[in-house]
Amino acid sequence: MTKIKTLADLKRIRDEVQSKIKLREQGDKPDKLVQIKVSMATCGIASGAKETMTYLIDELEHQGIDAVVTQTGCMGYCFAEPTIELTIPGKEPVVYGHVGKEKALEIIEKHIKLGEMVDGIIPVSYKTIDE
Amino acid sequence: MADYNMHVLVCGGTGCKASESEQIKNNFKKYLSELGLADEVQVITTGCFGFCEKGPIVKILPDNTFYTQVTPKDVWEIVEEHIVKGRKVKHLLYKDPKNDHLIPDATGMDFYKKQIRIALRNCGFINPENVEEYIARDGYAALGTCLSEKTPEEVIQVVKDSGLRGRGGGGFPTGLKWELTRKAAGDQKYVVCNADEGDPGAFMDRSILEGDPHSVIEAMAICGYCVGADKGLVYIRAEYPLAIQRLKVAINQAKEYGLLGTDILGTGFHFDIELKYGAGAFVCGEETALIHSMEGLRGEPTVKPPFPAESGYLGKPTNVNNVETFANIPVIINKGAAWFSAIGTEKSKGTKVFALAGNINNVGLIEVPMGTTLREVIYDIGGGIKDGKEFKSVQTGGPSGGCLTKDFLDVPIDYDNLLKAGSMMGSGGMIVMDEGDCMVSIAKFYLEFTLEESCGKCTPCRIGNKRLHEILDKITSGKGTREDLDRLRILGNVIKDTSLCGLGQTSPNPVLSTLDNFMDEYLAHVDEHKCPAGQCKKLLHYSIDDEKCTGCTLCFRNCPVGAISGEKRSPHYIDQSLCIKCGVCLEKCKFGAVLIR
Amino acid sequence: MINLIVDNKPVVVKKGTTVLQAASSIGIEIPTLCHMKLEDMDIENKPGGCRVCVVEVMGRKNLAPACVTLATEGMEVKTHSIRVVNARRTVVELILSDHPADCLICAKSGNCELQDMAHHLGIREIHYKGEQSTYREDTSPAIIREINKCIMCRRCEMMCNEVQTVGVLSAVNRGFNAVVAPAFEMNLDHSVCTYCGQCVAVCPTGALTEVDQTGAVIRALSDPSKTVIVQTAPAVRAALGEEFHMEAGTLVTGKMAAALRRLGFNYVFDTDFAADLTIMEEGTELLGRLSAYMKGDKNVKLPILTSCCPAWVKFFEHQFPELKDIPSTARSPQQMFGAIAKTYFAEKLKLKREELVVVSIMPCVAKKYESSREEFSMNGNPDVDYALTTRELARLINLANIDFRTLPDENFDQPLGESSGAGVIFGTTGGVIEAAVRTAYEVFTGKPLPRLDFEELRGMDGLRKATIDFNGTPINIGIAHGLGNARKLLEEIKAGTSEFHAIEIMSCPGGCIGGGGQPYHHGDVEILKKRQRAIYSEDKNKKIRKSHENPYIKKLYEEFLGEPMSEKAHHLLHTKYFDRS
Repeated sequence: MTKIKTLADLKRIRDEVQSKIKLREQGDKPDKLVQIKVSMATCGIASGAKETMTYLIDELEHQGIDAVVTQTGCMGYCFAEPTIELTIPGKEPVVYGHVGKEKALEIIEKHIKLGEMVDGIIPVSYKTIDE
Repeated sequence: MADYNMHVLVCGGTGCKASESEQIKNNFKKYLSELGLADEVQVITTGCFGFCEKGPIVKILPDNTFYTQVTPKDVWEIVEEHIVKGRKVKHLLYKDPKNDHLIPDATGMDFYKKQIRIALRNCGFINPENVEEYIARDGYAALGTCLSEKTPEEVIQVVKDSGLRGRGGGGFPTGLKWELTRKAAGDQKYVVCNADEGDPGAFMDRSILEGDPHSVIEAMAICGYCVGADKGLVYIRAEYPLAIQRLKVAINQAKEYGLLGTDILGTGFHFDIELKYGAGAFVCGEETALIHSMEGLRGEPTVKPPFPAESGYLGKPTNVNNVETFANIPVIINKGAAWFSAIGTEKSKGTKVFALAGNINNVGLIEVPMGTTLREVIYDIGGGIKDGKEFKSVQTGGPSGGCLTKDFLDVPIDYDNLLKAGSMMGSGGMIVMDEGDCMVSIAKFYLEFTLEESCGKCTPCRIGNKRLHEILDKITSGKGTREDLDRLRILGNVIKDTSLCGLGQTSPNPVLSTLDNFMDEYLAHVDEHKCPAGQCKKLLHYSIDDEKCTGCTLCFRNCPVGAISGEKRSPHYIDQSLCIKCGVCLEKCKFGAVLIR
Repeated sequence: MINLIVDNKPVVVKKGTTVLQAASSIGIEIPTLCHMKLEDMDIENKPGGCRVCVVEVMGRKNLAPACVTLATEGMEVKTHSIRVVNARRTVVELILSDHPADCLICAKSGNCELQDMAHHLGIREIHYKGEQSTYREDTSPAIIREINKCIMCRRCEMMCNEVQTVGVLSAVNRGFNAVVAPAFEMNLDHSVCTYCGQCVAVCPTGALTEVDQTGAVIRALSDPSKTVIVQTAPAVRAALGEEFHMEAGTLVTGKMAAALRRLGFNYVFDTDFAADLTIMEEGTELLGRLSAYMKGDKNVKLPILTSCCPAWVKFFEHQFPELKDIPSTARSPQQMFGAIAKTYFAEKLKLKREELVVVSIMPCVAKKYESSREEFSMNGNPDVDYALTTRELARLINLANIDFRTLPDENFDQPLGESSGAGVIFGTTGGVIEAAVRTAYEVFTGKPLPRLDFEELRGMDGLRKATIDFNGTPINIGIAHGLGNARKLLEEIKAGTSEFHAIEIMSCPGGCIGGGGQPYHHGDVEILKKRQRAIYSEDKNKKIRKSHENPYIKKLYEEFLGEPMSEKAHHLLHTKYFDRS
């Protein structure tokens, strides 16, 4: 990576990477990439978020599902860790709580493959400043 | 593949479950399959909506209709009217208490507008170990703007105008602090980030560092530019390994990208950040103690003035801000002071992150605009009290905050209101207690914490808190007198009045506030030797119900001190002078004959 | 200038003045406990920790500690409002609630600042009762730590770290368990403590005291098979009177000799005699090194450092062992006296050394340690048996029902009681080197000194230097008192940048007059200054003011030692140093 030398550089890079993230966020990428964000703060990890993330990656790969699994910080729903945010292309993101291996498999089998939401959804209770 | 075109979300949180939400779900399934709609409408249970006050909740997608206080009997109407005919069931819609308007759409409800994430804007949104994702969210744009387009004075003015106050607890105006450090004479200056979060149960700062470390790095660099420092230090407790690791990764990435180091963005500004580890002493969150600890000295506070802004780390002018304070800075620069100061109350601007804990349904991390009421936080966001119990008290401000009663639930949260109520903002711990909690024990518990964490430098905190604790212990053992209650108040006030640092000056708050707000509980302990909540073990009274006792001798055989006597097959008896209130008899008795009061 | 109001009285003070000083300037003495300031000596302890000096400042939400709160323009201070008095009394009650109530038998009784404070505030009841801190007692050869009496004033810590840079004492543990202790709470005798006793000198309570040897001395005095000899150090006579409520700086040499005789000592001698002897040996050593250096000997060790102070000796053995060849090998006057008493004088009395008991009266607690050093004994019999502090002597005098103030002046016995003025000034900073210069000059130049008072070597500054013209040869002299100051000179020597030929080092601020065994000064630097003046006035009134002119010294060399640095002198009057790092 070359260093960012000016503010203009920074803005250019932002526009570049922003488009990447936007694609991911909005899920309107033509190849229909499923996105999963795993909340990996101390609270999440303590409740098994690492195992959940590893399992998701392995299982999705195993099943040949094209999906992006990323880690992120605390979403604030500490009462329901591990939590994941699932975005199916073209749809609103959904947050699931208490996602262990079993739940993860259920989410893959039902929500990702069949588009059926499953039990354990947590309603998002805040708005971010960009909205 | 079943392609549902409608979803029915039924809340499966504890509160709603207690109100028959399971039955509601079953009814939906039953009626839908009766109507042959099972393949078109999916019914699922969700986690708690957080709006337990109006539960059980049913939400219909895709039109986002939000039904409150639904009973199993209402399900048929919803299915018939809404799902089949497409008409909303008006009497089940949420009514805005302010104007009685019906609100059909969840996003229009106060509850969902109550949280605004500014400091936590990127937590749970970006990958904290990827600087590009931060940049994509306008990261480092604020730093770039400051360095290229603004003078330090202009930036300080923006921070001042924003009304941002220190989020570590003190509430000192951040812009003013920066200005003082800028004006202080010194060949070398430092920017310190206080990440010594120590309140029990609080983890706001940790979450920010774990979820969005770059926001803090960026803000520290901006602060360095403003005060004239080229060196930043993060004082972080060693018990935060993940935060440390993420911070290290972030610092390295920032250096790689040229956003830290020499000649940042070609502007000639240099700034570097180093980590300093704390051993987890609570008092090291006090800025002078923090600085001594960083210098390798005993972590204990010194008298201010001199303030760190004049003479701080290694005797040089030092600006110390807390993690959450820093996390607000880039947004303020990007969106402007006016945007920020439009949020919040007259004297407290922006939002505050709270770590909700205690006997509340949705424990977790929330961020609300200043001015939100305690009721909104506890009931709307926190989902109310666990297991349907009754609210008793909320403690804000960490171990040395005050315990407030339900009379304070409608107080809008800000620095000044909480102080006025006898508590404080602190760094954002919020612990909710229910009817099962003994307030005398709670006060004792918090005092135990400050007792452990006192550095021992000044007399009132070192010995005074010890004596306060001993008096409380006496009361919870049933040996307290009314004079002890007076003594608690006198001593508590002297400790507040004479202690050297913030720790001692606030440590009696839990005692004084519970004396103010829960005097009846103290009196019950002192006058009647009873603990109304049944929490004070030494005040429990075990006895055996003659009617129910079968004389099985199980209690007799298990009592560790031989306090139980009685013949086989005849009622047993507990000798109160020997009983140590261990509760084994109660646990062992199969006939419910052991009584406790 | 700053205008403020204290207890309704207007005060004008300079910027940087504390509320405590401002109040004091108009006669309002706010009580303090942890605060201590030795004016003009750059020694101040003000952690703001005890909270006894709190005052009410109008407009401030909590009470302010007067000792660390600066006066500001328009400030209005109340020092005895009900809020203040209640807080102050509560704070003192709290301290008392965690303090053993054994005042009646405490070593510090009558001299305890906490006791005085309780009395001053009229505390008649302690409303707070509860657990008291318990710590094991720690005894060393010189200092006893009774830490359950520690009130965390941190004075000892300040002395040990900032003034002495020894770094043994610091606060350990937290909260109610916080105390001042050596690292890992080890015992003092395992630490690098020098036993300078400055911690003892400033401790407001009985937490730090000297090892009490008065009982052993009383037993020796009542043992008919023993001949008990006493020597008294120069600084004792300038301070002992304070223990009997006499004005500080009153010289009590004659009364002291009379008291010692009444106590039953068989011979009342003077350490000043041994001080003259020290000058003969150390001066000769200095001249030897100097002339070798002048002749171009590159191996000669310069500067020469004095070696009279046992705490200083222990300091460099721990902290600068690589410099242990530099100090003079001459023993301290106490030990020279002991060695001569148990050889030369024993022979005169035709007694075996075991039949003699040598007691020294010292302004010092480190002297107790020094006398216990193995190299200062022969077949297990120490040259000096017991070293009492000035304070312990006062206790002995009281015990013997002696009305000290009405005693007549008496003289020391001979032959070990005669001394020159040079021997007397050993008791103050700068004195040893001035005494050495008086002799060295005359021996080196062969000419009589044109003047005897070297004002340029006197004073209270922590570091002083002067160049003395030895008839065309400039001799650079350095003086340090307080081990922190000594450290600075040693660092220079280590770096090879020292400009000095000779350096005098004393561990205690002010030299022996400010020793750890002296009557407590309670932070009043005027007391030290008065003692210093008393020492110089005794010198001025002496007929003989140069060590080499002391007739009994001449006689000692003629009859016994031969000449300075002779083999016998080497054996009895010199020593070696150890690497204790």
